[in-house]
Parts: sequence; C-alpha cells; structure tokens
Amino acid sequence: MHKKGIKAAFISVFFTVITVLSGCEPLLVLDPKGPQAERQASDILLSIGIMSIIVIVVFALLVYMLVKYRASKQKADYEPPHIEGNLWVEVIMVGIPVLIVAFLSYVSVQSNYIVEAKPKGYEDTKPLVVYASSSDWKWHFSYPEEGIETVNYLYIPTDRALEFRLYSYGPITSFWIPQLGGQKYAMSDMVTTLHLAADAPGEFMGRNANFSGKGFAENTFNVTAMSQEDFDDWVKEVKETAKPITEKKFEELLEPGHLGRQTYTGTHLEFSPPPTGHEHSEESSETETNTESHTGHEGMSH
Amino acid sequence: MDFFDRFAVPHPSLAIYASMAAIGLTVIAVFAGLTYFKKWGYLWREWLTTVDHKRIGIMYLLSALLMLFRGGVDAIMMRAQLAVPENTLLDAQHYNEIFTTHGIVMILFMAMPFIMFFMNFVVPLQIGARDVAFPRLNALSFWLFFMGAMLFNISFVVGGSPDAGWTSYFPLAGTEFSKSVGSNYYMIAIQIAGIGTLMTGINFITTILKMRAPGMTLMKMPMFTWSALIANVIIVFAFPVLAVLLAMGTLDRQIGTHFFTMDNGGMDMLWANIFWVWGHPEVYILILPAFGIYSEVISTFARRNLYGYKSMVGSMVLISLLSFFVWLHHFFTMGQGALTNSIFSITTMAIAVPTGVKIFNWLLTLRKGKIVFTTPMLYSMLFIPLFTLGGVTGVMLGMSAADYQYHNTMFLVAHFHNVIIPGVVYAMLAGLHYYWPKMFGFMLNEKIGKWTAWLLSIGFVLAFMPMYISGLDGQARRMYTYSEAAGFGAMNMISFVGAAIMAIGFVLIVYNIYYSTRYETRDISNDPWDARTLEWSTHTPVPEYNFAILPEVRSNEALWDAKKNGHVLFKGEYEKIHMPNNSGIPFIMSCIFFVWGFSFIFSLWIPVILTTIGIFICMALRSFEQDHGRYISVKEIEETETNLRGA
Repeated sequence: MHKKGIKAAFISVFFTVITVLSGCEPLLVLDPKGPQAERQASDILLSIGIMSIIVIVVFALLVYMLVKYRASKQKADYEPPHIEGNLWVEVIMVGIPVLIVAFLSYVSVQSNYIVEAKPKGYEDTKPLVVYASSSDWKWHFSYPEEGIETVNYLYIPTDRALEFRLYSYGPITSFWIPQLGGQKYAMSDMVTTLHLAADAPGEFMGRNANFSGKGFAENTFNVTAMSQEDFDDWVKEVKETAKPITEKKFEELLEPGHLGRQTYTGTHLEFSPPPTGHEHSEESSETETNTESHTGHEGMSH
Repeated sequence: MDFFDRFAVPHPSLAIYASMAAIGLTVIAVFAGLTYFKKWGYLWREWLTTVDHKRIGIMYLLSALLMLFRGGVDAIMMRAQLAVPENTLLDAQHYNEIFTTHGIVMILFMAMPFIMFFMNFVVPLQIGARDVAFPRLNALSFWLFFMGAMLFNISFVVGGSPDAGWTSYFPLAGTEFSKSVGSNYYMIAIQIAGIGTLMTGINFITTILKMRAPGMTLMKMPMFTWSALIANVIIVFAFPVLAVLLAMGTLDRQIGTHFFTMDNGGMDMLWANIFWVWGHPEVYILILPAFGIYSEVISTFARRNLYGYKSMVGSMVLISLLSFFVWLHHFFTMGQGALTNSIFSITTMAIAVPTGVKIFNWLLTLRKGKIVFTTPMLYSMLFIPLFTLGGVTGVMLGMSAADYQYHNTMFLVAHFHNVIIPGVVYAMLAGLHYYWPKMFGFMLNEKIGKWTAWLLSIGFVLAFMPMYISGLDGQARRMYTYSEAAGFGAMNMISFVGAAIMAIGFVLIVYNIYYSTRYETRDISNDPWDARTLEWSTHTPVPEYNFAILPEVRSNEALWDAKKNGHVLFKGEYEKIHMPNNSGIPFIMSCIFFVWGFSFIFSLWIPVILTTIGIFICMALRSFEQDHGRYISVKEIEETETNLRGA
C-alpha cells in the first residue's frame, strides 16, 4: 500500500539513476583498460550479480511476511504460535550462505594471485619498472632503466607489463589508476609493488586515494599510454631536452605544495634511495639491488 | 602572551567564532538558569552524584542526542561543500577537521553512549536486578565518557580540532605533519572516554553473569541481554588495545618516542594494524546490541517468540570471535601479498554467514505472527532491507582483489554508512521510541515517529546510494573538492539533498520529544506495547529499587509466560532492600580527569602532576571509605508500591 509504493519508488529511482549514469558514460572502475582492472571489474560485476539475488530473496521474503501476517489481515482472536526453530530450516539458512561465501572465496583467492602477479597476457614481456614515490602532494616517477624522472605525469608503453615500486616521502598515500587496476599504498618505510598493464593507448586519471592532508584533493596525476615506439621516442626526447635532477633540486621538489608537470634526466634514486627498512618484496630484481642503500631506518630497526 | 597563544585556534573562521559565542552563551544560560530556579542542589543530589543505572542511562541518552547533532552538523556541512564542484564553502583545512570530528563524534561519542544508554537502562531491568554489579564504577564510567566527550568538543574552539581522519593514521597524525594540538586532543580525549568504556565492560559482564533473577539461566536470557553480554566481552578484549595504541600515539607526539614516526625505526603500518585490531571489533560492539534491540522489537510486534533463539545466540558468539580476525581487510592494499589477503578475505566474508542467519531468523519471526506497525517496528522493518544492502556490499568489499578498486573511495563510505545508519542508528531510534514510555511515563507520538522513520529512510537512500556509484567512478573519500570535469557533481548533489532530508528527520525527533512531552497522555500502563520481557513487568515510572520482589523466571520471555501461561513472577513478601549510596567522587574525579587531559594536551606539566595526584587521592578516598549502602524499609516499599499502583 502506502509503504510498498514508496519502497517501489526507491528501488526504481535507484536503478534509473544507475542506468542513466552508466548509459551516459561508463563508470571508471567498470571501464577497464588493462588486464588487472578487467579482472577486478569482472569480480565486481560477478559479486553484484550474486548479491542482487540475495537482496531480492530477502526483499521478497520481507514483503511476503509483511503482507501476509499483518495484524489487520488476521482475525482478532488469532494467537501466533510458539515456534522454537527447525533444524532443516536452519541448515538451509546456514548452508546456502556458506556455499555462496565459499564460491566467492574461491574467486577472491584466485584474483588475489592474479592481481599480485605479472598481468595476464604479458607474462613474457620484460616489465617496465617505475618507482612511484609521493611527497606532499605530488608524485615522482623515476624510470631507472631509462634514466629519467617526471613529476605528476606518467608515460607508459602499452602491451607490456608495468611494475610500480611505491613508497612515500611523507604520509601514507595510495597509488591508484582506476582504469588500469586497483590501488596500493605507498609508505615511508617499505616499498610495495603494484603490477599493472595497459591494453590500449589512452589518457587515464591517476591519483593518490589515501588522505594525506591539506593538498590531498589535488594530489592527482595524468597517465598517458602509448605504443612502445612512441614511448621510446619520448624517452629519447626527454634525454635530449630535460635538465638533470640534482639533490638540491629534489629537496626543493619535496617541499609541501603542488607542482605542475616536470621532467628531468637521471633519477633521485641515486642520492635518495627508496626505503629498505622492512624486507618485503618477494622477488628481488636488479634495479632494487642497484639502488640499495640506507635511510635512517636501517640502523634503528635492529 | 606567548603562553596564551597556544590556546588560539590556528585556522579560525566565522563558524568557529560563532561556536565560541554559542558555547559561551549556553554555559552562562545554564548557570544562570540553575541559579535562578535554585536547582543546583537538585542537580547535584539527583544527577551528578547518582549511582542509579536508570539515571546514568538517561544521562548517556542526553549526551548521545547532543553529540548526534554535533556530528550531524558536521555531516551536513560536508555534503554542502561537496554538493557542487569546486565549492568554496569550506577550505581544505576545515573540511579535514570536519570529517575527522564527524567520524569520532558519531562513533565514539554518539553511537557508543547510545548503546551504553540501552545497556544501562535495560539490562538490569531485563534480568530482574536492582542495579548493576558496581553502581559507583558505573557512575565513574559515565562521567569519564562525558568528560572525554566534552574535552574532545572544546578542541573546536580551543587550540584546533584534529584533522588527520578518525583513523588518525601516522605519520600524518604525527608531529611531522600535524603540528597543532588537534591530534593531542584525539589521543587524550578518546583515552579518557575509553577508560570509562572499559570499566563499563567489566561492570556489565559481572552484572549479567552474577545478578540475574532466580531461574534465569544463560539460555533464558532475553536476546538484548545476550547481545549486551557479548558486546561487553568484546569491549574487555578490544578496548585495552585502544588504550595502548593511544598511549603510544601520545608518547610519539608529546614525549618524543618513535613508534610510528618516519625516522628512527618508526613504522607507520603499526598504527594502522593496532588501530583496526580495536577498530573492527568496535563495529561489532555497536551492531550487536543493535541486533539485540531489533530482536526485542520484532518479537514484540510480531506478537511471537523470537525464531531460532539458539542460533541467534550462536551467531552472535561466532560474530564476536570472527570480529578479531578480520582487521586486515581495512587495508588489503598495504602490500601484504596474496596469501595474507586471501586469508583475511575469507574470514571477512565468513561473517556474512552468521549475520545472514540473524536476518533470516528475524524474517521467520514475522512468519505466522500478527504484525503491528508501531514506530519501533517500522524502523526494524526498514532496517532489514537497507541493512541487507549494506551487508552485501560488505561482502563485495571483502573480495580483496576487487577491494583494490573500492578502497578509499565513496563506495566504502557508502557501505559503512549503509550498515551503521540502518543497523545501529535505526536500532537506537527504534529503542528510543520503544523504551521512552518506560523511562518517562508517556509515549512518543506515533504519527510523528513514523513520518520521521520514512523521512530518514528516503533521505538515507538519496544520500548514500549515489556514493556507491561515484565511488565506482573514481571519487576518493575525504576530498574536500573535485573538478567539474571529474563528473561527480550530479551524484553529490543528490547526496546533499538526501542529507538535508535526513536533517529534517532528526529535527523531527526533537520536535516529537517536545510535542509528546506537552500533549501525550500520562495515562499509560506498565506494559504499553504488550511486550514479553521482564523490564515491562515493573512499574512505570520504575521505582528506585526496580522490583519490590525479585521475579522468578522460567523462560526467555518471562513476562509473556506470566501473561499467557499464568506463571507467577513475584512470589513472597516484601523485604527490606539494600541499595548503594550516592557519591560525588566519580563526578569530581572525572572533573579532575578533564583538567588532567586538558593540561596534558597542551603539555602543561605542572597541572598534569597536580591533577594526577588528585586522581590518586580520589581513588585512595574510595578505598578507605566505609560505605555499606543503605536499606529501604518494608514500610517505604509498601508506600511506594501503593502509590505506583494507584497512579
């Protein structure tokens, strides 16, 4: 009646809003441009599907009970019975959710190993290693093999595994390019690794997703994916035109504030290496040993 | 003047000056009013020194309602700021302070005292006891909570609010990035309130285990009492973790240790881990008593016994155990690797099973019932569908690989509001309407009550459903603004409209209290809802001693048993009743704690030392005091009982 009408209205408004919006422009997370984001988007859609069934069952049961057992529909002298419970009902009540959770767990565990490994389809490629470090409220991208460094923008080749090594010169931040894959923290006392890849050229939004103080909202960066050839050309051009990054210059860059895009030759990894305080990275690669050195932590952590 | 500079707000604005004026005027008005109406003595005798669990409960309720509006104003300011892109209503600093205090106030100073109110008011009545096990400790718990809450709130006008989020992650909350005293307030104010909560935990476990009416075995306890018992067990295990964490934070910020700092071996991950080792069980401390209230309300208004009593108890026990094994899901993205994430992903989703059992039990309680739509029942029936939405999105968040995309976004914000508002807040409001007549002797107006429930629900859906969408579109949480190009505008505008509707709902609650106080009939029975448990078997208003004769119980629905099966609850003659004396020490000690906390926050070490001594003197006084309580004579009981029966 009155109540059901309003409830139906809620639901229809909700779904209209979703359809209209997703019709206009696909939501970033559900518009993946790389294998990792694709896996995550398919997990999300799968779980939305299964969960919708549960929601519908609960809603239907509720509406049924409320319609059928309202006092106004019962005789005045109706006395509800005393019912303790029923073993079989309870077995179903536990059993079905257990099966659903078991299935989702199976999917979830599989996905964990997928997103934490070299992206599917690009297992044979040599990953491009990029050190992405954050400082208040900027991102520094160091390409150790190419010997260049950028601030607040990221150029990446398509069709190749990307390996981001993340750390922070300040508060915990989170490196996130929704269309390429989910986020991971960048922290001051260890390096975390995020595996991504881009299937097609394009421009993507990237940002710090973890609150890090006053300048957090604007703590974003642009990602441009291009073919390997274009990427190589860009590297070459940078090497020819950009100024080298110096320790002094880098210190200036670390000062809290916002900077536009900047480009340098060389990387800060040589004089301001990533943290090594807590052993974490499962696979150690050459770049890591190259840049091994110490920060204040090393001495103290023992 | 250097000394006074530290008390200045580092980033003042009109709102802050207005609040200063408002706080000042309110304090003056309260003092003047108390003096003019000569109520100081009444206030002291009847409230400040009381050890009566019912009065302490009501004081918790008042604090919770007060804080609900403080946190609510924060919420509406945030939604207003984000309603349109590139809004300049608030700047980054204010926005950061506001979402930080919104979180802390709503969780620790609104939801917590609200459940404390229910536990205090209901549990002793429901188990047929005359008070809690340690009445004076109970008073101390309340006053410590209250002083902690007040201390936290003055940060807005003295020295500046914390601005590192309610999770207060280091190193952001450390002195390296938060130089103002804001985060000191966080550490100290929550510490003081937390000590109070821990004491409550001990107090209620003892009460429930030792003071139940004759015949009430554990499996004959009403469901709310069960939920309170389990919540308090979680408190006793979780709150020491918080106490240690906050102490470490204080040491880092004010004494110069390096637990969580960037330099000298500090580890920022440690804070996040310990925080959520407390933080996740805390969620269940809030939701389990809420489930308890729903169980009472649904069974009362379905006019049926609760379906699956044993599985309800079992599922709560299971939830409480699991709650300590899921903390890592708050940071799947910290880089602990696939195996660790998988384990916590499974434990997280596993919680859905016992929670689902509860939902189905409630649904089956409705079956073959005779459902009456009162306001508390309406809240409960709105809770089931809305909470289910929140629950299933929780399962989605539990899938750790997908969580890399949800984490830190509005999707997450939508999820936890979707469980806390329909889950906890609706339970509080259902319970408020349900127990109001027992507390004050008149009902809250049903018509306004139902309007409120619908408005809150419409507002809720409009405010939070769009966040799921904008989260999937890449809107991170805690951003004070966003560009037009980001495309979040429409969703956030809908959210704002929803928040405004909810605000009207909350104002209506206050109006309902006002309206009902003036116009509702005082002529109600002791059991106006035709309920099933012991709290409705005593008089309204409840006499100081609760039950003239302690009831005898033989089922988990003792009153229903008495009404339908002719079971006699109260057998025997009146005997004199032993009651605890009032005491000013809890209040005075808590006031000293307040000064201690304030001095500590500003590193004023001499007052800190003096007040520490003061606190120890209070404790010493208590331990040397000879107070054996007092007796209420049979004659007094007879008089009270005759009066109450006549009324």
